[in-house]
Amino acid sequence: MTNLDLRRKRLIGRGASLIWSLFRGVIILGICYVIFYPLIVKIPSSFMREVDMFDQSVQFVPRFLYLENYKMVWEHMEYPLAFWNSLKLTTLVSLLQLAACTFIGYGFARFRFWGRGLLFSAVVFTLVVPPQMIMIPLYLNFRYFTFFGLIPEPGINLLGSYWPFVITALTGTGLRNGLFIYIMRQFFRGISKSLEEAAYIDGAGAFRTFLQVMLPNAKSAMLTVFLFAFVWQWNDYFFTSIYMRNAKVLPVMLDGVAFDIMTTAHYISDQYKSILDNTGMVLFIVPLLVIYAILQRYFIEGVERTGIVG
Amino acid sequence: MVLKLRLTKGRREALTGILFTLPFAIGFVFFFLHPFWQSIRFSLSQLKIVSGGYILEGVGLANYRTALVVNADFLRVFVEAVGRILIDVPLIVIFSFFAANLLNQKFKGRTIARVVFFLPVILGAGIVLQMEQTDYIMGQLRSGAVESGVLSGAVLRQFLYELRIPEASLDFVIEAVDRIPEIIRASGVQILIFLAGLQSIPRSLYEAADVEGFTGWECFWLITLPMLSPLILTNAIYTIIDSFTTPTNPLVKLVRETAFGGGGYGLSSAMGVLYFLAIAIILLIAGAIISKFVFYEE
Repeated sequence: MTNLDLRRKRLIGRGASLIWSLFRGVIILGICYVIFYPLIVKIPSSFMREVDMFDQSVQFVPRFLYLENYKMVWEHMEYPLAFWNSLKLTTLVSLLQLAACTFIGYGFARFRFWGRGLLFSAVVFTLVVPPQMIMIPLYLNFRYFTFFGLIPEPGINLLGSYWPFVITALTGTGLRNGLFIYIMRQFFRGISKSLEEAAYIDGAGAFRTFLQVMLPNAKSAMLTVFLFAFVWQWNDYFFTSIYMRNAKVLPVMLDGVAFDIMTTAHYISDQYKSILDNTGMVLFIVPLLVIYAILQRYFIEGVERTGIVG
Repeated sequence: MVLKLRLTKGRREALTGILFTLPFAIGFVFFFLHPFWQSIRFSLSQLKIVSGGYILEGVGLANYRTALVVNADFLRVFVEAVGRILIDVPLIVIFSFFAANLLNQKFKGRTIARVVFFLPVILGAGIVLQMEQTDYIMGQLRSGAVESGVLSGAVLRQFLYELRIPEASLDFVIEAVDRIPEIIRASGVQILIFLAGLQSIPRSLYEAADVEGFTGWECFWLITLPMLSPLILTNAIYTIIDSFTTPTNPLVKLVRETAFGGGGYGLSSAMGVLYFLAIAIILLIAGAIISKFVFYEE
């Protein structure tokens, strides 16, 4: 083993790691491109005119920034109103889901009781069954809501109000709530019991201990759950269009914007419909991007720290 | 005396636990189990809306017969949806595993790369994804890429054929290449789960391996892969559920359109039940196969 050999070996090692870095960089850039691709398409096309769609010399880049699309979509989506309604609904629902799932998750993590295993497999079961399967009965239940027989037939119509969301959120059966219960349970199981024991010795009850000792320690996990709940609720078209078909919230308004322009303003071609849809999607996505930009740190670190992996 | 005290303590614990989980128990019974049961009943009957409610008329298995034999779309879409999942799930799990390992390394711009990789979790759900599917511009670009792209199906097929790759796996490869964007965009949560798993592997294992003179390659096969194997199961199951319930799934659309587009609640419920059975069977098979390869520390 001469000095020269060693040097050559080190040189090869450095070369290999340089090649790997390059290779990795290319792959990561490529993947980023694929992820951004829909946005790269949407943003320029939202500034195009209808004639640009037929002009072969216009590809990707519009001739000039044509703002009329935004004006039109903004008006027909009733954007300020729809945004405000969406914000209200999403904030309310995701906060309720967070509260309920934290509460329920803590119960599963800390207390031994008869039927716990069975009830927890029920949580997993709710995740496995596609919501489409129970969609019609749910729809009819809320259409003729009898509060489990307490209200006389034919019951009241809860569709079109926030109640179906509120009720399912409070009982941990909303959109992907099983996952949130699972995350919170895993998190609470990972916290040492000594804090609670100290509180119990001081004479605090289970609920007070939960509120005053456990919650302050669960901030990171709760933030993660809240973000997931918020984003998924904001994006949700499935339940929103079933429970509140005529509500002026963003997903519903976005879905119908081109049709609305067609029926109230003038005929539009497929090409122009696409431009308008893309403009609407940009308007829909921007608030999400802003939230993500502010909170992405908690989003990623939160998941890593919550011990989602058990 | 001591015994009695312990008993009450245990009972109090049980009672508190039941109180904490009671909301879910109620919700599960009324907004899950009951609708679940109803949907099976609906699938066996014809539902008629009358003033102030609805009535059910039993029709036996007629709805199932309609779904499987009479309805032109269901069986085709059903087979397609199941087939697509069989292709997607392994690809998504493998890709997210690979991406998580990539993102776990130290390099410049790692934070930004992570932010971008998880962007699909934020954007790739719900209405936007649904609209992109039928969007004219996206459709044009997609077909344009096929016509002019280097990786167009025909060229790739010819190339692979000349490499003497068996016909059966040929289709899989072409399908896989075709679906790269979808696969990347459906992997956000899975990458997150693998990344969390990677960071929970004790550093000491790698240090010990280093002392023993293991190469990076050996470390990967002997430490990383076995330690992450339980998460492969988790992610496979998550992916199956996710791709079965995403609103862009053509079968999901069909079930929905049948219900609200005049096809009848009974028929739609029958489709839903068949769909659920397919998911359950696939999950059981996937779970049984993958758990054979899972390594548990205990």
